[in-house]
Amino acid sequence: MVATENVAREYKVIGTRPIRPDGLEKVTGSAVYGADIKMPGLVWGAVLRSPHAHARINRLDVSGVSAKPGVLAVMTAEDLPEAEDKVVDLGEGDIDFHYASQRIMASGKVIFRGQPLVAVAATDANTAKEALKLVEVEYEVLKPVINVHEAMATDAPLVLEDLTGDHLGEEVSNTNVAKHFLHEFGDVDAGFASASTIVEHEYDLSTVHQGYIEPHNATAIWNMNNHITIWTSTQGSFAARRQTAGLLDVPESKVKVVPLEIGGGFGGKIPVYLEPIAAVLSKKCGRPVKLLMDRGSVFESTGPTPGAWLRVKMGVDKSGRITAGEADIRFEAGAFPGSPVGAAAKCVFACYDIPNTKVDGYDVIVNKTKTAAYRAPGATQAAFAVETIVDEICDKMGMDRLEFRLLNASHEGTRRSDGPRFPRIGNIEVVEAAKASPHWNAPLEREGPDGRKRGRGFASGYWFNVGLKSSVSMSLNDDGTVALVEGSTDIGGTRASIAMQAAEVLGVSAEDVLPTVVDTDSVGFTDVTGGSRVCFATGAAACAAAQNLIKEMIKRAAMIWEIAEGDVKFEDGNFFAKSDPELKLSFKQLAGRIEDTGGPVTATASVNMEDDRGGFGAHIVDLEIDPDTGKTDVVRYTVVQDAGKAIHPAYVEGQMQGGAVQGVGWALNEEYFMDDSGAMKNSSFLDYRLPTSLDLPPIETIIVEVANPDHPFGVRGVGETPIVPPVGAIANAIYDALGIRLCRTPMNPGRILEALSSGNGK
Amino acid sequence: MTQKALPKVHVRTTINGEPMEFLVPPYESLLDTLREQIGLTGTKEGCNDGNCGACTVTLDGRIVDSCLVLGAEINGRSVDTIEGMARPDGLHPLQQAFLEEAALQCGICTPGFLMAAKGLLDREPQPSEHRVRHWLAGNLCRCTGYDKIIRAVMKASNV
Repeated sequence: MVATENVAREYKVIGTRPIRPDGLEKVTGSAVYGADIKMPGLVWGAVLRSPHAHARINRLDVSGVSAKPGVLAVMTAEDLPEAEDKVVDLGEGDIDFHYASQRIMASGKVIFRGQPLVAVAATDANTAKEALKLVEVEYEVLKPVINVHEAMATDAPLVLEDLTGDHLGEEVSNTNVAKHFLHEFGDVDAGFASASTIVEHEYDLSTVHQGYIEPHNATAIWNMNNHITIWTSTQGSFAARRQTAGLLDVPESKVKVVPLEIGGGFGGKIPVYLEPIAAVLSKKCGRPVKLLMDRGSVFESTGPTPGAWLRVKMGVDKSGRITAGEADIRFEAGAFPGSPVGAAAKCVFACYDIPNTKVDGYDVIVNKTKTAAYRAPGATQAAFAVETIVDEICDKMGMDRLEFRLLNASHEGTRRSDGPRFPRIGNIEVVEAAKASPHWNAPLEREGPDGRKRGRGFASGYWFNVGLKSSVSMSLNDDGTVALVEGSTDIGGTRASIAMQAAEVLGVSAEDVLPTVVDTDSVGFTDVTGGSRVCFATGAAACAAAQNLIKEMIKRAAMIWEIAEGDVKFEDGNFFAKSDPELKLSFKQLAGRIEDTGGPVTATASVNMEDDRGGFGAHIVDLEIDPDTGKTDVVRYTVVQDAGKAIHPAYVEGQMQGGAVQGVGWALNEEYFMDDSGAMKNSSFLDYRLPTSLDLPPIETIIVEVANPDHPFGVRGVGETPIVPPVGAIANAIYDALGIRLCRTPMNPGRILEALSSGNGK
Repeated sequence: MTQKALPKVHVRTTINGEPMEFLVPPYESLLDTLREQIGLTGTKEGCNDGNCGACTVTLDGRIVDSCLVLGAEINGRSVDTIEGMARPDGLHPLQQAFLEEAALQCGICTPGFLMAAKGLLDREPQPSEHRVRHWLAGNLCRCTGYDKIIRAVMKASNV
């Protein structure tokens, strides 16, 4: 681990690797995930989805369904209230209820394959599925648009006929472009005029999916008193509540969301899909209704990351300084507005200090499922372009790839290309750590066995790590342990990192803080587990709550000793009287005497944190490629990242390794393979192949710690940054091995052979 | 003929060492039988088509994807699931190693990995790292990048 500054403070708990509090349940099979919930009277739902990407619904008849024995309720879009055109902030991305309602269930027209049309509830899962076969639908199939080029063509079919586009502030109708924005600073033309080397390329990236192993699920009860309870696997219980209440037009206070264990999300489990359907079916049949999504529908009907087209141009002067950067970024939003193109525009040039930048972003509607966040949404696509251009510039100028990055690295005070200036960041320290790493300094044998070629690639990456709202409450037990209640659903071990921060403040062991993730009625508002914010923002809330608990305990110690509160000091887990060294109680001793001082001790804290803006990483990858088959193996991989302060280093490493490997899949293999009708042809884990253990080497990690001044322990978010560099790093390694520049994902064997056979390459 | 007309199948089996007897619909997968009939929800569904390994259990000592086996097929045979892995006196070394090595993040794939890894170590107590990677290639994990899972299995193999 590389500690670069200001983290020399000695900690007792932080930086250690205790066993996670929820670990035992998860290795013994007793942890309750969304699909595992059971309750009396439970019935099962199933959903009929559109087989067409774009079609008018000329007739929909569900009368045969209701007649089937065992069917208890049937739902169509008519059972959803008229959704008003209202946009609500979900913390990481907005929801427009008008369109969200159509995503839950189609009416009039289907605009992506997999869009729900009808749902049923029945006494068992099979009866529900069988009943859907009795739905009669007549479609008039329309021509779909399935990429940004088709959607932006002058004679393109309209996906959303009622869409009003915002094109640089102007309202435009009859368009598939929901938004066009521009960030411009300095004088880009002058910047390019002063450049001696200019590189420009166009990039195409396929849609990829988060690939969480647990499919979506929801179980709901709509009681006769109009209270709705929902059990689900979600990244945000409060976000699920807000969406469900808005879609059903009921007050948020009438909806309780109980978050169960969640089997991966990576951004994809922020939107609701099944929750409102389960609720409506429950209202209609008066029973709790459970819905499980199948894997094919997870691919076709939930929110993957957008396919994208980018044109990026960068200019460098003779001294090696970047003089200008220009990017045109066009993202597929899917069938409704809201791709992460705005985030891409924030990140695209963020690793570099560039005086003149111009970034155009387009949010483009296509006949595909609406995209959702996927780990640093938008940043990977942007970094693929910029990092491969930077490498090409280095090549043309004969400059060292890391020296160039250090010379041009963004730092405290650098303006990001959308406006804000960076606070203290660790970009330079990360590249320096990569430069000093064993991997970067290891010689690379360029010839592998059987004529295979080896290459080494490097790329930097940035994600802006959000802050937002979190709440934590605590109660002191008389044995000196502390029960901690939080609203952040735990996807990757955050119960541990939150409890550890509280323990450090309280001066107790990690095991003495007992964290529980609770439902929306049982804790203060908490934003989604997303944006790499939980360890940072919920951690800060836990620290604040712990400090409040200590304040209350100081009062109780003063009461016991009959001295003034100001005379009591808390240090190293002990309470002292400043005036009398004889008076001392350990945390546990005082906890045991709380009953005599007026009863329970509790504390709460809520925070609303600014974005930390500080997630920088750098990846080094060695590839071995068979030039006869195009087969590419990753033979060595190192992830370097600034964690600010690693609370539980094993789970920080885990984020770095997992993000990198998702990026490896994105680079080499994964794609939505679409036919011309807008149908995904590989909607299973057999055909959409995630990387397996056999595809990968050990993933080496180097944690850099440049303390974040905005967090009590210096934490920066770590979850998303690691997926940003891999695609660019792998493209650079392919060039290093074979001399071919690929500007399209996935860089699979076919693409590599195609590039080699077209005469490129060494 | 509708599925309702098919009579349920009588199954006499042993699950986690416990003799059991029940009726299952003839079309029901072992995964659904375990989860819905027996209540053993530690076995997870990730894909329901044999491509993710989250539903891995042991059938007469061999690992199988329980979504690709019918519940009726376990008649006269013996099934072990994640719920039977720990003993009253403690965790299996693999479970302990997964905890110590932080080899799980979301945990949904963990039962399948543990069952598959146990299947390997029961046959080959000291496999090479490559052998472990090869054996576990039928189990998908999207959170960890596999690094810590492989380390945990190697650690347990040395216990």
